[in-house]
Amino acid sequence: MPHRQHPIEILRFNTCGSVDDGKSTLIGRLLYDSKSLMEDQLEALERSADITGGGQINLANLTDGLRAEREQGITIDVAYRYFATPRRKFIVADTPGHVQYTRNMVTGASTANLSVVLVDARQGVTEQSRRHTYIAATLGIPHLVIAVNKMDLVGWDRERFLEIRETFEAFLPRLDAFKDVKFIPISALHGDNVVEPSPHTPWYEGPTLLRHLENVHIASDWNLTAFRFPVQWVNRPHAPTDPQLHDFRGLSGQIAGGIVKAGQKVLVLPAGLRTTVKQIWTYDGPLAEAFCPQSVTLLLEHDLDVSRGDMIVGPEHLPGMSTELRAKLCWMHPRPLRPGAKFFLKHTTHTVQAVVTRLENRVNIATFDPEPDPPELAMNDLGDVQIKTSKPVIFDAYTFNRLTGSFILIEHGTNATVAAGMLHPPTELVKPEYTDFAI
Amino acid sequence: MTSYHLDHLQYLETEAIHVMREVAAEFERPAILFSGGKDSICLLRLAEKAFRPSEIPMPLLNIDTGHHFPELNEFRDRRAAELRARLIVRKVEDAIARGIAVPSPGEVSRNRLQIPTLLAAIEEFRFDCLIGGARRDEEKARAKERFFSFRDAFGQWDPKNQRPEIWNLYNTRVNPGEHMRAFPLSNWTELDVWEYIRRERLEVPSIYFSHKRLCVRRNGQWLPVTDLLPPKPGEEVRELTVRVRTIGDIISTGMIESRADSVDDIIAEIAAARVTERGARADDKVSEAAMEDRKKAGYF
Repeated sequence: MPHRQHPIEILRFNTCGSVDDGKSTLIGRLLYDSKSLMEDQLEALERSADITGGGQINLANLTDGLRAEREQGITIDVAYRYFATPRRKFIVADTPGHVQYTRNMVTGASTANLSVVLVDARQGVTEQSRRHTYIAATLGIPHLVIAVNKMDLVGWDRERFLEIRETFEAFLPRLDAFKDVKFIPISALHGDNVVEPSPHTPWYEGPTLLRHLENVHIASDWNLTAFRFPVQWVNRPHAPTDPQLHDFRGLSGQIAGGIVKAGQKVLVLPAGLRTTVKQIWTYDGPLAEAFCPQSVTLLLEHDLDVSRGDMIVGPEHLPGMSTELRAKLCWMHPRPLRPGAKFFLKHTTHTVQAVVTRLENRVNIATFDPEPDPPELAMNDLGDVQIKTSKPVIFDAYTFNRLTGSFILIEHGTNATVAAGMLHPPTELVKPEYTDFAI
Repeated sequence: MTSYHLDHLQYLETEAIHVMREVAAEFERPAILFSGGKDSICLLRLAEKAFRPSEIPMPLLNIDTGHHFPELNEFRDRRAAELRARLIVRKVEDAIARGIAVPSPGEVSRNRLQIPTLLAAIEEFRFDCLIGGARRDEEKARAKERFFSFRDAFGQWDPKNQRPEIWNLYNTRVNPGEHMRAFPLSNWTELDVWEYIRRERLEVPSIYFSHKRLCVRRNGQWLPVTDLLPPKPGEEVRELTVRVRTIGDIISTGMIESRADSVDDIIAEIAAARVTERGARADDKVSEAAMEDRKKAGYF
């Protein structure tokens, strides 16, 4: 019996705020009020209420998963939660608020469509609120919600809400980042304006948080402008006896930008060879066209020497290609970064050797101002850096495409992921006229 | 194609295929953990989507506790053969005989003993990455897992020392002796798994569907009556119409009373369910931190 279902989209969001701003309580509230909790979870909640909460159900216990967190009463790592309404499915990254865990916020927020920054109505806008908003902006998260929490503790004061809103609105234009920003007065503890509209805020005419999450327009969050296909895995069946597969040489990967059509001309980089897409092969049959972020296997007209780390691009909107990169870096390791340090740099499916040649600046999170020529970047610092790589990197500006504009740095020896990088626009694009094809 | 838009299952699928291809490309000796359960059935379809028309470029690995449902092992062997995949089975029984796994006096459950058996298999084949079907929605400790979860030379997971995972750039580098667990289904929920099984028309073992079975009431659950833990005098035994929702060992898997005998029925049942999937597993009820403890020790 076929089920008729309208397609359901996934919205990924993260919550951030200072310690005790009520992030875990908010997620607990969303799960609880949207009826996403099961009886055994409710029972566990009630059992723990007797132990830690003095009989009061503590919604934060739903998300503070690890034992150390329960003991210390804080969230120490990114936790992912899942819930659904008839309109959308939600992936929530609960990211911690303490200063030293900025790297976890970057982890939780890098894939998000939307960030919820929680502000305690009593505290107002803190340095943490500014830091989280700045990181959300730097990560290119398209949609922002400022949830002004604990409104019950300021007597549902409209003036207080507007004051916080004005503080944000004074600095948001400088970030020049978000497609839309929504301010919502809530009480996560009591549920006001989270799922159900609050009777205490007749002066607020906007949607509840959940309604906004269900309706915010996310269809255009992927780059569909410029075709980018980082070759991930060369698909060669090694079946010499099967005439169908004997010559099969597919290039498998996930489209990182744009649209590709069977029969279209493409350029293989860094070699600069032109060819045509013969077929878009998938397990479910060939496609006439495919788009970001689909995973497909491309068959090319010519038998070129293409391997993992190469990039196939459309003939228009060419990317940059260089061994000299400029990027905004988020440093994530206790050992600070100093100029001259060497790493592996992983960008799309390509890993190269890299050296950080210069620290241009370090961002002052309180003022958003760059402070030039810092001696080092410490854990949780953000700054612009220059990098030289052993082989050319084929890339876009992060603001143009999050997938082809991002990289990580990996430390030799320990293999620790020490930094997340967001590339600045290329100064030079690929010039195909110099690299005419060789077939 | 009219709109450039993926629905939730297509999104989860492309994310998972990307992870599986990263494993194939960046590791020398990976394997897929395949039990015959519903999550690993999805993994195998994703492997087909990631790697066809080539053969799946890694073997399948199963740790057989000796307490598996027979239906599950039959399905496991048949499915592996259909896919022309190499299936490696390592048995807890053999690990006990060789002194690799040591049961405590009176310990009947094989749950804990899977861990040394698995670690021995990793050593034997020098696997550097195991792909598993774990999902973050299963349990609170799992909610903190990465797609690529680093394990030290003792196979241990350290939740405080996880690599940050940013965008879809997975740091897969490990030193000799260390290994990685990769979880392509991290973002899937139980409902997503069944919806995917329906969309892909995947076969699942018969015990997922409603059937008649003799059950014994124990610790608030209906457990299958077996020779391993026969009913004691005074225990309530009934023949019920049941199915499994999640499959562990036959001595600890709670049967749920259900008349769901098709995938559509199961989806309807889960959508209306009021208990989580793991609520039916006695192994998780030991303490609130039960899963966290087992994961730290090297559990799947």
